[in-house]
Amino acid sequence: MSRYTPPEQSKAGQVFDIAVVVVAIFVALWLPLKLGLAGAAKSIDALDAKTWEALGQNPTMASIWEKLGYTPETAHDIIQNRFHYIIDWPTLIIMAAVLIGYFVFLFRASDREYRDVINEKFDDK
Amino acid sequence: MTVALENNITTTIHGDRVSLLRVLGPAHVWALGVGIVLVGEFTGWNFSADKGGALAALIVCWVVGLLYTSVAMIDSEVTSTVAAAGGQYAQAKHIVGPLMAFNVALFLVFAYTMLEVSDAILLGDTIVAKAGVEGLTHNSFIAATIVVLAWLNYRGVLMTLNVNFVITAIAYVSIVVLFFSVSPWTQGAVLKLNELVTPGNALPYGWIGVIAAFQFGIWYYLGIEGTTQAAEEVRSPARSLPYGTMAGMITLLIAAAMTWYVCASLMPWEYLGITYYPLWDAGKLTGSPLLENLLFIATLLAALASANGCINDAARAWFSLGRDRYLPSWFSAVHPKYRTPYRSILFLLPIALAFAFIADLNQAITFSILSGVLQYTFMSINIMMFRKKWPLGSIRRGYTHPFHPLPAIVLFCLCVVTFFAIFLGFGSQLIAMVAFYFLISLWFHFYRYKFVRRGDQFTMPWPKPQGY
Repeated sequence: MSRYTPPEQSKAGQVFDIAVVVVAIFVALWLPLKLGLAGAAKSIDALDAKTWEALGQNPTMASIWEKLGYTPETAHDIIQNRFHYIIDWPTLIIMAAVLIGYFVFLFRASDREYRDVINEKFDDK
Repeated sequence: MTVALENNITTTIHGDRVSLLRVLGPAHVWALGVGIVLVGEFTGWNFSADKGGALAALIVCWVVGLLYTSVAMIDSEVTSTVAAAGGQYAQAKHIVGPLMAFNVALFLVFAYTMLEVSDAILLGDTIVAKAGVEGLTHNSFIAATIVVLAWLNYRGVLMTLNVNFVITAIAYVSIVVLFFSVSPWTQGAVLKLNELVTPGNALPYGWIGVIAAFQFGIWYYLGIEGTTQAAEEVRSPARSLPYGTMAGMITLLIAAAMTWYVCASLMPWEYLGITYYPLWDAGKLTGSPLLENLLFIATLLAALASANGCINDAARAWFSLGRDRYLPSWFSAVHPKYRTPYRSILFLLPIALAFAFIADLNQAITFSILSGVLQYTFMSINIMMFRKKWPLGSIRRGYTHPFHPLPAIVLFCLCVVTFFAIFLGFGSQLIAMVAFYFLISLWFHFYRYKFVRRGDQFTMPWPKPQGY
């Protein structure tokens, strides 16, 4: 197999490639934050009676909350802020398909590139 | 100037070839791994209590501990054989292929940079909380942390990891001191586990909460695999890397168990699940000013050690990408005097600073976890391919992990569970990140790869892999 000689990249090309990667990083990490998609969905199950008993806190728990500087009123939004786990099957299936598709592409494309590497490396010997 | 061991791990400065220095021992490997991870005991793990309750946090502590034990076993075998900077990146390059290696390096850079961001936010918030001064914000503390640690990394790896060893050891000792100060063998005096974790509140969301808790359970140990980044800078990779990594994992399992026991015995799960400073709060709740101040200082030191190690690891992964021309080769320069990948360190600095100011703590943690779990999924498949392409006896391995393929299967299954856990809270972030990796992979495969020399990427003195 003939040895592959890569083209030399110009300085401008290198700067452009760096810019592409930086922009991609910021879009991937920053966009979900900007669009408000990041963070788990929690909501407060409000109670009318704001007492330690109503909040499900025994005397030991209540004493610790008070030691931490909380009253039943100020602790209410912490204690009653709960996750509501609902499995959204279409989203789950999309997520699974995206993940599986990504890994399948990675391994198949990598294997094609790897064969070139191995052929060049070991055919030289 | 020192001549490099392999022809592609050097850079040429004024006609001389310089490489990374081989100056580290097993203690530095331990300090790098545990230093990165230990901050997870000081913040982050406790968000798993928020997702599933106090008992769920304990269950995931042990089950995720199993995941990481598998990671450490697998990593020790592959890294003791593929000893090159970039760690899992170098493994992927030799075992799976260039595109996978490119992705793995990005997983590493994202996981460590976002972990560094989380550390800096924690440090800034902790100082602000301690100061209690109206109007004081964490911004200046975050900026100072990231810039000073980047400078430390710029100046040299030996000094960086010596500093890490000392501050990690102090932070670790503080957990042990806290544990023995609260009479762990006696319930009722200081610790009140029976009254705080009851049959009625142990699993407030049931078993779905336990699965959801996996997401932040990862934070107990995330980063231990970073020990492999030092592969080109340790004096004896075959001995130091497995020894340092496995010792680090044992250290962390003990610290995680002690941390859960003390914290769950001192505060209600609803508070434990939202506090940014579980161990510092535990120190406060003992009523001892000495313990409170010790845990405050230890929280800062753990955050510093972690951020320090993360800068070290992220820069080496980025450096490796430049060296192989997966990214512009400008990044592959080694500093002529300090022998560090200084351009990579400087390039990642503003990225870390930017995200420290736009993301909050649990978002930054989630970004880091996402990249970490993608990487562990790769590792479980990578070890199967490694054993298939080079069966035992075909090449010299520094360490051979037992029970193969059980650790790989366990690791893969736990990764699937963790993806589901992330879906339960942060599914859109996961899809956004995978979409990013997919698009950047297309860019690499169809455009960037043309600049890469083919055969030069394979640098290990191994026979041709079976099946090729």
